Amino acid sequence: MIGFIGVLYDGFAYGMLLFLLSVGLSVTLGMMNFVNLAHCAFGMLGGFVTVTLINDLSWPFLATLPIAFLAAALASVLFERVLYRRFYGKSDLDQCLLTIGIVFMSIASAAYLFGTVQQPVQLPSWLRGSVSIMGRGFGVYRFFLICVALTLTAALILMLEYTRFGAQVRAAVDNLRMARGLGIDVDRVFMLTFALGSGLAGLGGALAIDITGLDPSFALAYLVYVLIVVAVGGLSSIGGSLVAAVLLGVSDTAGKYYFPAISSFLIYLVMVGLLMWRPAGLFGRR
Amino acid sequence: MGLSAADASPLAHVARRAAWRPLEVVFWLLTLLPFWLTPDYLQLASQIAITALFAISLDLILGYGGLVSLGHAAFFGLGAYAAGLFSKHLWGEPLSGLLLAAVIAGLFGYLLSFIIARFRGLALIMITMGVGQLMLEAANSAGKITGGADGLQGVKTWPLFNAIRFDLYGNTAYGYSLAALFLCFLVARRITNSPFGLSLQGIRENSTRMLAIGAPNNAHVRRIFTIAAVMAGVAGALLTQTTETVSLETLSFQRSADLLVVLILGGVGRLYGGIIGAIIYMVARDHFSGVNPQYWYFWIGMLLIAVVVFLPNGILGGAERLVPKAWRRRA
Repeated sequence: MIGFIGVLYDGFAYGMLLFLLSVGLSVTLGMMNFVNLAHCAFGMLGGFVTVTLINDLSWPFLATLPIAFLAAALASVLFERVLYRRFYGKSDLDQCLLTIGIVFMSIASAAYLFGTVQQPVQLPSWLRGSVSIMGRGFGVYRFFLICVALTLTAALILMLEYTRFGAQVRAAVDNLRMARGLGIDVDRVFMLTFALGSGLAGLGGALAIDITGLDPSFALAYLVYVLIVVAVGGLSSIGGSLVAAVLLGVSDTAGKYYFPAISSFLIYLVMVGLLMWRPAGLFGRR
Repeated sequence: MGLSAADASPLAHVARRAAWRPLEVVFWLLTLLPFWLTPDYLQLASQIAITALFAISLDLILGYGGLVSLGHAAFFGLGAYAAGLFSKHLWGEPLSGLLLAAVIAGLFGYLLSFIIARFRGLALIMITMGVGQLMLEAANSAGKITGGADGLQGVKTWPLFNAIRFDLYGNTAYGYSLAALFLCFLVARRITNSPFGLSLQGIRENSTRMLAIGAPNNAHVRRIFTIAAVMAGVAGALLTQTTETVSLETLSFQRSADLLVVLILGGVGRLYGGIIGAIIYMVARDHFSGVNPQYWYFWIGMLLIAVVVFLPNGILGGAERLVPKAWRRRA
């Protein structure tokens, strides 16, 4: 029995994970109107980088996280420069198809390199186990996850609000043509944002291994969750994404705990219902 | 797809387009060849015809209505399960099962169309995908009725017209699927070459302007969405009746995504694109999946990227560019 508090705690940690995985997509989608369904493929890349570093090169877990971030960020810049750029301003359909193609290729490549089994990862001993507070057990790893995610969220918000780069990002989201007209190098801003967002997804993928497991289907399985967060949270709204991710995390965990048979059904039902009520998301501006 | 100066009126334009071209007649005659040329592959041919019908159904809403759907398998699966349950519990006469599946899928499509017509862009993609996943999870949860992950067993299809049995080699299956495909194609062709079809293309190109000249956009979208749902349901029912089993895979996201690949590969908005795409895709899958099934999706992904980057209008669109302009009469 994990009880109501336990569900809330696990759900919150899960929501934080979903937030890391999805916040990048929310911002890039809002800025360039580019439907990047391959976002989770970058997350998966981060996960596999961590797995390889720990299992084959026996790096410490913490040291692999920045590498997972960098690998996903670099890969995404490569894709952005070579492929995505040609598709800005094209139809939703073309963008969907291009990125679904990348998802398919990433899944098959991961299956080829790592096999289709779940990847085992040994966490350091100080992240394992749980701490008992007032008779309830709380997983240490989930606490770590929540701390990392909250720190990153604070850093993201501060960066967007108080730095020059953040101001350029906000300008580009609000009005792309105007920002360009004012001499902001929108291409560069977008490339950096894209790298940052994909890097966060890569980090999320690495952190997700212990919670959700990692296998080649990750790129597609979590895409649905990420899209729900983006669609419900609204485009380019960090606060919205955070709230949507936590809502989704808690309701998914609660659904799996209280109604195991129909939990996935409930998630989709909630999503379709919310979208019908507020097509631009709970906090959307468009 | 604009009107050329030679057309005196839109109706003349439509009538000119509706005329059958010799190449089309030849194409449909060629579809009979598998009976003699590849008698061992008739089951595959039947699957191709079913996929082609499914692709035409998507083409109606995507290529003509301009609605992107990532959940079209919902109707396919609904038709498949409707036909399967009907034949398992009530009776296995194929034509009535087909009709029932069409009605149920159409009814569901009609109800859903009221929601669909209100959305565009990302919200529409998400809602269609959400509805597709809802159907999948519903079928998975209702394991007692649908058989869940094991699939629906015990489907028996009676002989066609009480006389022609569905044989092991697929002679009947292919003939039956081909006939259904051809009939639905005629309907789709009639629709796209009608004033209604022109209105749909207008909505696809510029929905605001269509509203401004007084077109009831939402009503048009609802109508074509319902028709497409019926055809997808028929395709699903055909699969059930010719294979005598239904699996959850009929409702999966993968099936919706594969269908997009088929249609994009052939060419969107030209009806024959779906058929050509289905032939190439299914034959290629049959060929390659025997070699290494796990990596099939790598090549599909690459194909998809290549088509989107280099052949924006699919194979038929690319072929059209090669044909001299004087020969061309665009569909």
